[in-house]
Amino acid sequence: MATRAGTRHRFVTAALAAPAALWMLVFLVLPFVAMLVFAFGRRAPEGGYLPGFTFEQFLNLPARAAAFGNTLMLAPAGALLCLLVAYPVAYYLAVKAAPRHRLVLVSLIVVPFWTSLLVRTYAWMYILGSRGLPNLLSTIGLPDLRMLNTPGAVLVGIVYGYLPLMIMPIYVSLEKLDRRLLDASADLGARPVSTFLGITLPLSLPGVMTGVALVTILLLGEYLIPQLLGGGKVFFIGNALVDLFLQSRNWPFGSAIAVTLVLVVVVVLTVAMRIAWRFAGTRRVDLV
Amino acid sequence: MRAFVSFVYLFLYAPIALVVLFSFNAGRSASEFTGFSLAWYGKAFSNTFLIQALQNSLIIAFTSALLAAVFGTMAALAMERMGARMRLVFDGLFAAAIVVPGVVIGIATLVALAAVFSVLNPALASLWPTATPPQFGLGYFSIIAAHGLFSMAVVSMIVRARIASLGRDIVEASNDLYATPFGTFRQIVLPQIMPSVLAGFLLAFTFSFDDFIIAFFVAGSKTTLPIYVFASIRRGVTPEINAVATTVLIASLFLIFAARFLMREKTMRTSGEG
Repeated sequence: MATRAGTRHRFVTAALAAPAALWMLVFLVLPFVAMLVFAFGRRAPEGGYLPGFTFEQFLNLPARAAAFGNTLMLAPAGALLCLLVAYPVAYYLAVKAAPRHRLVLVSLIVVPFWTSLLVRTYAWMYILGSRGLPNLLSTIGLPDLRMLNTPGAVLVGIVYGYLPLMIMPIYVSLEKLDRRLLDASADLGARPVSTFLGITLPLSLPGVMTGVALVTILLLGEYLIPQLLGGGKVFFIGNALVDLFLQSRNWPFGSAIAVTLVLVVVVVLTVAMRIAWRFAGTRRVDLV
Repeated sequence: MRAFVSFVYLFLYAPIALVVLFSFNAGRSASEFTGFSLAWYGKAFSNTFLIQALQNSLIIAFTSALLAAVFGTMAALAMERMGARMRLVFDGLFAAAIVVPGVVIGIATLVALAAVFSVLNPALASLWPTATPPQFGLGYFSIIAAHGLFSMAVVSMIVRARIASLGRDIVEASNDLYATPFGTFRQIVLPQIMPSVLAGFLLAFTFSFDDFIIAFFVAGSKTTLPIYVFASIRRGVTPEINAVATTVLIASLFLIFAARFLMREKTMRTSGEG
């Protein structure tokens, strides 16, 4: 009896897991293997793929050094800028805001994240474009400013697009903070600044780490924001990949770049998790 | 601090509000509001390319979200039953599906399917009795396959969180009262996890409906709504795009509020039980 029940148990488990397992195998694992094969292959004259085992695609990576440079500079810079804007907001929501308003205020932060990034980035194209903010500024006498297609525009787009993702984990870690610690610190005569630096900030570091890691990782693969707000002048790895796959059609080289991008993501993720574990409790983030 | 926080809220909503406002502009100007009009909506929705793109997006989002909701929930249930090692494998696969950048998911799918088609299509052509064999190509199928990865991972994450907070005693009681395993599932487990399954479905739908970069690689000749919007933005900013953007915005706002409502109800019920 026991073994029959055991067999049935295992059969049902396997049947439940099979569709998702098959999907992941066919559309995630195998495509990755295919991409690896391409990355070590050669480019055919007309842009296709020639079988082979060579490192020439990877040795060619410096040809796209600018894309890597921009991404590796602007992704962390964007994440840190995001953090600077996000921390006060998260602090306000978790500590200062009236509890009865909190739910609405937090919802208002989360909701934009789930609306189209394309539309939200487009809104900034509209604002920073020559007929938008620069036009407005010139009517009050300021000289013609070029805003669109600059690194600054890309950074604004990044902060705008990823702010909710940064605020949420920080908010979650601040909300769990034991208020009595703050009271105790104040009772013992600490100034607000030292209470913040000695208690609040250290205890919110796991949230800060999660936020910075999440935003940095997503930014490493960003395409839309540099494309629309950087206008081909400020381009990321994602833009190089679109060019190599859809325009100049060099799939083996593109695959090598994509594989490298995944490696960078894995390295960033590993480092972030190492640091997060050092700060004790790692926290789950609910974005909804 | 209050001033700064108010400014951030303004920063988050003003750009969107501007796009919405100018979608109702009577004139062509992007900086001067010359009067209220629905003309741009009329123009946008009499555009057959746009309607076709919207239709494609809806079909893809619905199918991928439905498959993700069903298979993701099944996987979440299975993960509760499997050994620790297998669970680690699934955790790893789902984490990869979420963490790997969309641009890489798109490329990997494109490369793999192109390789498969380059073998399959000539083989089919040589075996086919008539001169016009069917050709496999990119389209609905490839977009749904690639969107399903992220969606399935998200659904199973949400459903697993719900299962973790599910009372085990009521399940045991049901078994003790001679309910069949399926009966227990249908009458006890399913009603309790249903809100999170639906929330997962809505999030998956929103993700697929809004996704640009994955579809950009694997859409082939099909056009989804974000691809259409992207292509029109490249041609130049017009009030017609504002109208389309506003429509997309309203659709995803509706979905996300529905999802949040379902998840809210979940937490209320949980606290009621506890």
